[in-house]
Amino acid sequence: MTDIASLSPYSSATVRSNAERHTLSVLVDNEPGVLARVVGLFSGRGYNIESLTVAEVAHAEHWSRITIVTTGSPEAIEQISHQLERIVPIHKVTDLTLHGRSIERDLALIKVAGKGENRIEAQRLAQAFNAKIVDTTLESFIFELSGKPEKIDDFVELVRPLGLVELARTGIAALSRGPVAS
Amino acid sequence: MAKQMTGAEMVVQALADQGVDTVFGYPGGAVLPIYDAIFHQNYVKHVLVRHEQGAGHAAEGYARSTGKVGVLLVTSGPGATNAVTALTDALMDSIPLVCLTGQVPTHLIGSDAFQECDTVGITRHCTKHNYLVRSIEDLPRILHEAFHVARSGRPGPVVVDLPKDVQFATGDYNFVKNITHKTYQPKMKGDLDKIKQAVEMMAQAKRPVFYTGGGVINSGKPASDTLRELAGLTGFPVTSTLMGLGAYPANGKQWLGMLGMHGTYEANLTMHGSDLIICVGARFDDRITGRLDAFAPDAKKIHIDIDPSSINKNVKVDLGIIGDCGHVLEDMVRLWRSEARKSDAAALSEWWKQIDIWRKRNSLAFRNSKNVIKPQHAVQRLYELTKDRDTYITTEVGQHQMWAAQHYHFNEPNRWMTSGGLGTMGYGLPAAIGTQMAHPQSLVIDIAGEASILMNIQEMSTAHQYRLPVKIFILNNEYMGMVRQWQELLHGGRYSESYSASLPDFVKLADAYGAKGIRCDDPAKLDDAIMEMINHPGAVIFDCLVDKEENCFPMIPSGKAHNEMILADVDQDIGAVIDEKGKMLV
Repeated sequence: MTDIASLSPYSSATVRSNAERHTLSVLVDNEPGVLARVVGLFSGRGYNIESLTVAEVAHAEHWSRITIVTTGSPEAIEQISHQLERIVPIHKVTDLTLHGRSIERDLALIKVAGKGENRIEAQRLAQAFNAKIVDTTLESFIFELSGKPEKIDDFVELVRPLGLVELARTGIAALSRGPVAS
Repeated sequence: MAKQMTGAEMVVQALADQGVDTVFGYPGGAVLPIYDAIFHQNYVKHVLVRHEQGAGHAAEGYARSTGKVGVLLVTSGPGATNAVTALTDALMDSIPLVCLTGQVPTHLIGSDAFQECDTVGITRHCTKHNYLVRSIEDLPRILHEAFHVARSGRPGPVVVDLPKDVQFATGDYNFVKNITHKTYQPKMKGDLDKIKQAVEMMAQAKRPVFYTGGGVINSGKPASDTLRELAGLTGFPVTSTLMGLGAYPANGKQWLGMLGMHGTYEANLTMHGSDLIICVGARFDDRITGRLDAFAPDAKKIHIDIDPSSINKNVKVDLGIIGDCGHVLEDMVRLWRSEARKSDAAALSEWWKQIDIWRKRNSLAFRNSKNVIKPQHAVQRLYELTKDRDTYITTEVGQHQMWAAQHYHFNEPNRWMTSGGLGTMGYGLPAAIGTQMAHPQSLVIDIAGEASILMNIQEMSTAHQYRLPVKIFILNNEYMGMVRQWQELLHGGRYSESYSASLPDFVKLADAYGAKGIRCDDPAKLDDAIMEMINHPGAVIFDCLVDKEENCFPMIPSGKAHNEMILADVDQDIGAVIDEKGKMLV
């Protein structure tokens, strides 16, 4: 069977090799349905979402910030930004990856159950990673860990054989460095 | 000064304040209060359609032929879902619409109430923006904002979903004329430095071409005038998309005809051979570009568009100018004059020599017949017999649409209403009704196919009710002609389900709808029959029986480039021209 994507008349579909990972920071009017508009745009136009976070950031102004991590060719990412800008209740779209260095943080809650040596090892690793213990029983911990997503990935891989039960992650929140708004 | 009124009264008041004189709609349980408010006034005229899709296309026809916002009013549930095709059509072709939908009362939303549907959810993807009005306090602002969003920037459809309790509630009504939206602020003026750069590129070009689109029409009459002025100043050739026909006059000497899949030889080869393309209000869509990696390989590209997402979407351009094309063209003309720019006359003269050679190929030619009416001939005769009148043309979708675009010539904007982006069969009749409502004294003709016309034939009843003298000119070849053509080219001539079986007798059908029916199958009698149609004071269905297996040429086969187009009288196995890759495309 022929690869249908390679037959597409659109260049973006054929340019897969130069895919980049970008973090977009989207300031929106916090009105009903605004998240659905953003998510619907991504599904409708076939863009990827690797991570998405949303929360109100200015109560009086009624603003929320949506942080989206997506992958695509530079042309596709530019197109995503412009498509987002077309959505009426969107104030501003910033490509933090183009903006230079930015701070990215992910928060995870990680439940590990085990006894004896495994339990002690899990606790040692948590200390090394600066993870907080936020719940404990005689045979389990829940660790809270925040940091770059890669750091959380590393921690999760290390505790997996020690009795990883489940985990929850917030997805990435991000801001540009320096004194001014991105 | 705020006035107290009900939500339903606010809706009608807002329409009046926005200068809306005509609304296309269909009543139902969830919009009864608005219909009652309409009953109590004389300013806004309501046109009762026979299907909500018809209301949408009628509003589109009204909008495209006037430049104003078209308005439709439908009930909840099926009323809203029936409007979805028209909304999508308007989104694809950037037509300003405001669609007012009824909704179940707010306390019933989410309960699967009778005739409830998630209208804002369903229409989110087929509108520029949409609103669910949750309280009477928000209603006046949302109504006026809806018009502002629909008409400004890149125009498009806007839905306002109105729960029944909000229509009954009483509140303060205000009309703020000039809205500044807190987030939505389209950029009208183009960046002057970039425009300077564009003018510089134009002055240096050896083989330039203007490629214009529906954006020039949407920008308004002044944009068309400025385009003509700039074309005159530079001497560059001009081609246009389907949506942009009429912005530059077809009788202008720099006119190349339409470009793209069924465009002229000279338009497509001029694009292919050019060294500078100035794209004005068009969007490099797949019907235009053909195979992307072979699209205008030597050309630098300037793209003027009000929508930043259109720039670099399909084709990477060298210079993108974001702004209303009317404003940008005006700046270009001003700079061209003030900087005393001159085109490269010697190069341009060579370029025109080459273009004239392509023109001589006469790519729209066809073998006429004395025995059977050729569809192209029918459109040509229709054009010759109506060109000196105040005429508006709408179409359905398919071969007849392409023949209309090729053989009917437009010298003014807003005279041509067709479904380009979505390609909606059933568009033409309701669009003609909307156009005729806006221009009661004009001649409005829907050039149709026998298959398309049946998709919204019920609107004949609307034409009858309002005594609208629309003329439906059916090129009847008893096939879904474009489907049949593709089956001939791509699927071994196996005409799977593309025969228009069990057609109604269109003359009797006309009679049933209180219109006049005319049938013609003789080339010798065609002119008289067309004149009979034109001179009839009421609606006419003209059943023009044409050659059944005529194909629409020229054609750029799927997956091919502009310089690989097929011409009408080239003797070759067309199926073999399109490769496996091409067959996968649409």
